[in-house]
Amino acid sequence: MKIIVLVKHVPDAQFDRHLNGEGYTTDRDESILSELDEYALEAGLQLAEARGGSKAGNQVIALSMGPAGAVNAVKKSLQMGATEGFHLTDDALAGSDAAATSLALAAAIRHIGTGAPVDLVLTGMASTDGETSLVPAQLAERLGLPQVTFASSLELDGGRLTARRDADTYSETVEASLPAVVSVTDQINEPRYPNFKGIIAAKRKSITTLSLADVGVDPSQVGRAGSWTTVTSAEERPPRTAGTIITDEGDAGIKLVDFLAAQKLL
Amino acid sequence: MAKVLVFIDNPGDALKKSSLELLTLARSLGETVVALNGDLNSGVSDEFAEYGVTAVYRPSSQDLDNYLVAPKAAYLAAAVEAAGAGTVLLDNSPEGKEIAARLGIRLGAGVITDVVGVDADGTAHKSVLAGSYTTASRVTTPVAVLTVKANNVTPEPAASPSTPDAVTVEVPGDSIATAARITDRQQKTATGRPDLTDARIVVAGGRGLDGDFGPVEQLADALGAAVGASRAATDAGWISHDAQVGQTGKTVSPQLYISAGISGAIQQKAGMQTAKVIVAVNKDAESPVFEIADFGIIGDLFDVLPQATEEIKKRKG
Repeated sequence: MKIIVLVKHVPDAQFDRHLNGEGYTTDRDESILSELDEYALEAGLQLAEARGGSKAGNQVIALSMGPAGAVNAVKKSLQMGATEGFHLTDDALAGSDAAATSLALAAAIRHIGTGAPVDLVLTGMASTDGETSLVPAQLAERLGLPQVTFASSLELDGGRLTARRDADTYSETVEASLPAVVSVTDQINEPRYPNFKGIIAAKRKSITTLSLADVGVDPSQVGRAGSWTTVTSAEERPPRTAGTIITDEGDAGIKLVDFLAAQKLL
Repeated sequence: MAKVLVFIDNPGDALKKSSLELLTLARSLGETVVALNGDLNSGVSDEFAEYGVTAVYRPSSQDLDNYLVAPKAAYLAAAVEAAGAGTVLLDNSPEGKEIAARLGIRLGAGVITDVVGVDADGTAHKSVLAGSYTTASRVTTPVAVLTVKANNVTPEPAASPSTPDAVTVEVPGDSIATAARITDRQQKTATGRPDLTDARIVVAGGRGLDGDFGPVEQLADALGAAVGASRAATDAGWISHDAQVGQTGKTVSPQLYISAGISGAIQQKAGMQTAKVIVAVNKDAESPVFEIADFGIIGDLFDVLPQATEEIKKRKG
């Protein structure tokens, strides 16, 4: 099987995050592999392992798009067990919206699928920076593939996949034929930590750098120029400040209700 | 006048408040038309007239509900073309966003999600990076696709009612061929509480509940609120994962958010810091949640919450 897992290098939410520059793009200092993508990678590794792993010809390929630092998301994926990495990077990609991102990623996936076609594209349920959840569906539309999003379990049987999805008011089972694009939730598994052996093994694994020219995308189709949306202003919200803090002296519940009444919230 | 197409999926007997909000917003941007999926009952038909809808588009195929979003997006793209609409509005549910995503590619149209307001010139406002920024953005393509969050528009019928035309739209067959099929669907037991994402009030519990969500649920019911939880509480299995508020869970921006027994680590804060009013109850005075609470109580939630619940019941008589 050939599985591609999309991994994104995102600003660590433990620190303050900032929008900068002409296109109000995210400042990518202090970035890490998006937590939500670790679940997708783990799902890919488990599917490959259940089929005999890399010895049996199963590939789990980590693909990241982004500036130089984004290669760190690929490296971490290799340490966790991915067999190979690709890093799509090009100055022209800066400021790409979801439509432009999905265009570039679709081209990279087609490129990686030259020769041996890709069976499955796995992603997290959202990135933890843009948080739009648009890219998996847009990739599926561009590649002409079925999409299965928010999978909380995933099984493959030959060329069919079965997934479970949980919404607020219902749970459903869905089936699709491979190849397909699947996004997974944080309920699907418990991602492994890279161990020492994995970290050493990762040093011997290849990371291929791809440019837009390599994947056949014209620079005018991506980046701020090729995006179909544009951010015209961004304002940092003033940080919330603490209000009244009281210590319970036996009547805090009543004081709470007084506060709600004063705020007209009852 | 520019046409604005609103997608409404399976409304049942009456339109949801969020659908009425979309119809109201649409009218401020142009002539409103609707692309409907599912049955059109007389109640809904009356509401369309009341809200000034001039045309209702319906799919040729009745089985769109048997698939994930691809055929709905293809149908909608055909409806947008038939109507000549310049703006498409959808709700901001996960499915609404996915339909918008595929629709955007089909139409070559820019998509903006999580929209909280749209100006007459099409500028969309939203909050990003877990509420730390508010942005204004625009779609640069001829058609704009926007998914709009609930509770940001007050539903208002049109000044004069309309008589909508009925139009059938052919669903392209290729979209069904490449769609994932739903083979089983089970409804979850209804809690009778409002949906977490749309709720006006949310009462959320965390580690401090020690497995007992009773006090949180009782306060929520007294307030007519939804119940939320921190990741620690859902990971511990004390409450369903659907209730998780935070970076990897749901983002909520209610009028009132009551946080009980939650320390307020970054991941939690990310999901709720755009709430209008935040109340926090926690034993630990050092909890970071007190840095952002409008009203904080250092105390035992097992004393404070039941007392507040009783007091609310008493005042509501």
